[in-house]
Amino acid sequence: MTHFSALSLLRNALTGHKNWAEQWPDAQPKSEYDVVIVGAGGHGLGAAYYLAKEHGITNVAVIDKGWLGGGNTGRNTTIIRSNYLYDESARLYDHALDLWDGLSQELNYNVMYSKRGVMMLAHNVHDVQSFQRHIHSNRLNSVDNQWLTPGQAKELCPPLNISSTARYPVMGAALQKRAGTARHDAVAWGYARAAAARGVDIIQNCPVIAIRRGADGAVAGVDTAKGFIKAKKVAVSAAGHTSVVMESAGVRMPLESYPLQALVSEPVKPVFPCVVMSNTVHAYISQSDKGELVIGSGTDQYTSYSQRGGLPLIEHTVAAICEVFPIFNRMRMLRKWGGIVDVTPDRSAILGKAPVEGLYVNCGWGTGGFKATPGAAHTLAWTVAKDEPHPINAPFTLERFTTGRLIDEAAAAAVAH
Amino acid sequence: MLLIHCPYCEETLPEAEFAYAGEAHIDRPADPSALSDEEWRDYLFIRSNVKGPHFERWRHVHGCARFFNAVRDTVSDKFMTTYKAGDPRPDLTAEEAAQ
Ligand SMILES: Cc1cc2nc3c(=O)[nH]c(=O)nc-3n(C[C@H](O)[C@H](O)[C@H](O)COP(=O)(O)OP(=O)(O)OC[C@H]3O[C@@H](n4cnc5c(N)ncnc54)[C@H](O)[C@@H]3O)c2cc1C
Ligand SMILES: [Zn+2]
Repeated sequence: MTHFSALSLLRNALTGHKNWAEQWPDAQPKSEYDVVIVGAGGHGLGAAYYLAKEHGITNVAVIDKGWLGGGNTGRNTTIIRSNYLYDESARLYDHALDLWDGLSQELNYNVMYSKRGVMMLAHNVHDVQSFQRHIHSNRLNSVDNQWLTPGQAKELCPPLNISSTARYPVMGAALQKRAGTARHDAVAWGYARAAAARGVDIIQNCPVIAIRRGADGAVAGVDTAKGFIKAKKVAVSAAGHTSVVMESAGVRMPLESYPLQALVSEPVKPVFPCVVMSNTVHAYISQSDKGELVIGSGTDQYTSYSQRGGLPLIEHTVAAICEVFPIFNRMRMLRKWGGIVDVTPDRSAILGKAPVEGLYVNCGWGTGGFKATPGAAHTLAWTVAKDEPHPINAPFTLERFTTGRLIDEAAAAAVAH
Repeated sequence: MLLIHCPYCEETLPEAEFAYAGEAHIDRPADPSALSDEEWRDYLFIRSNVKGPHFERWRHVHGCARFFNAVRDTVSDKFMTTYKAGDPRPDLTAEEAAQ
């Protein structure tokens, strides 16, 4: 693997960039691995990387039905923040934020983590009270989050309409300065490259058809389009398809899969300095480094695996953006797409051991798991390696839906991402 | 935009008139206090989330306002059939054979 540096860039520039070596090999499956990870999204690839790096487990395969990073990792709007209400969530997402901080250096791959700040707008008394509650709760957890007046919000983000005659006037905002965005593909590629360099096989275009269990009930391996692969440990990290894969091992999941759409405008000069979310008018927006406005909102109303979604949702989203940013109402949109997100009843992830020996599951990230990528991957690797929960992922069990010990971020009104 | 047939109005209308209401044929427990924690979990939280024909509830909110049931293929989003609330699960073998 070539180490990226100013020097290697210069050397390759001199030869017209024709001699860059392949960044990772396209592996074919071996007959047996110590660990098989189903799903080569950021979470699965990251878990493979941390298994190799922190636990010395390198006989690992990450298997994907499509191309790596082609799931929600490559389809998301890349908002990264950690100002969640509950202690459990704040710990998990803040752990991820700590890892985001050094990720480009750690992977020797620029993931373009940009702490441009995420601002959440309050449009009514309920929003104001709810966001201030978040700010206080975050402060107790040492998570940064601060209150802005409408004037301060406008100063930070000049295109914002703070007119008091707006249908939904801006009454203030919560700002997490440490929050921001990152380059989604680079996260998948960076983890893939670093994992492959430590011996992990990344197997693409190979659907996992079923998880096979032995006579003792424990995991025996996976049946795939390229044949049976033996493994004593299997970790499922298949986002919207997790319940289908888990069902093959006889485990029914508290998940529903919905389309979540996003769209981008034509690229324009820098006009939008931060990320703005509004749960009340229901949309969020940022500007990519390429210049496109990146826009999204909530899921479609019905469950689906079609990876498409309907136009009414796009219309609703764009209407909300024009409400808060009238200057964008003539902006032309370039393309839209959808991903299939796995939603739990309490809108918190499930990350830990499954009720089958040797089976682990990481799912339920729904509309907001990109920000968690390094944290989820890091603690999943721990759990797979040691066969026990990591202190940070311990509350995010599957059992909580039996015991009733939910982590109810859904009710905490931190609706999207 | 989905086109949905309301079995009460007997009209096929755009999705904007309808609200999705989750999986169908989930019966409320007859004797709630007799349920174990596992049974409560299954009733409240576990859903079939099938990749294929899905039995689900819809409500014609901007029309007759009534709830009805539908079978929709979650891979293509195509409606296979809709039927009135209270009617039994339709037999899909004919529809599946036709596909
Ligand atoms: C439009 C959109 C916007 C979003 N915006 C944000 C945001 O702003 N901020 C945020 O934090 N999160 C956001 N999310 C959510 C975020 O994208 C996901 O939570 C996160 O990327 C999940 O990562 P993952 O690695 O678990 O899943 P994925 O990247 O989806 O990876 C799962 C992989 O599993 C593979 N797979 C599935 N079934 C099988 C099988 N049977 N065999 C083999 N492989 C299989 C898939 O092909 C896929 O590559 C958004 C999602 C979408 C769709
Ligand atoms: Zn009707």
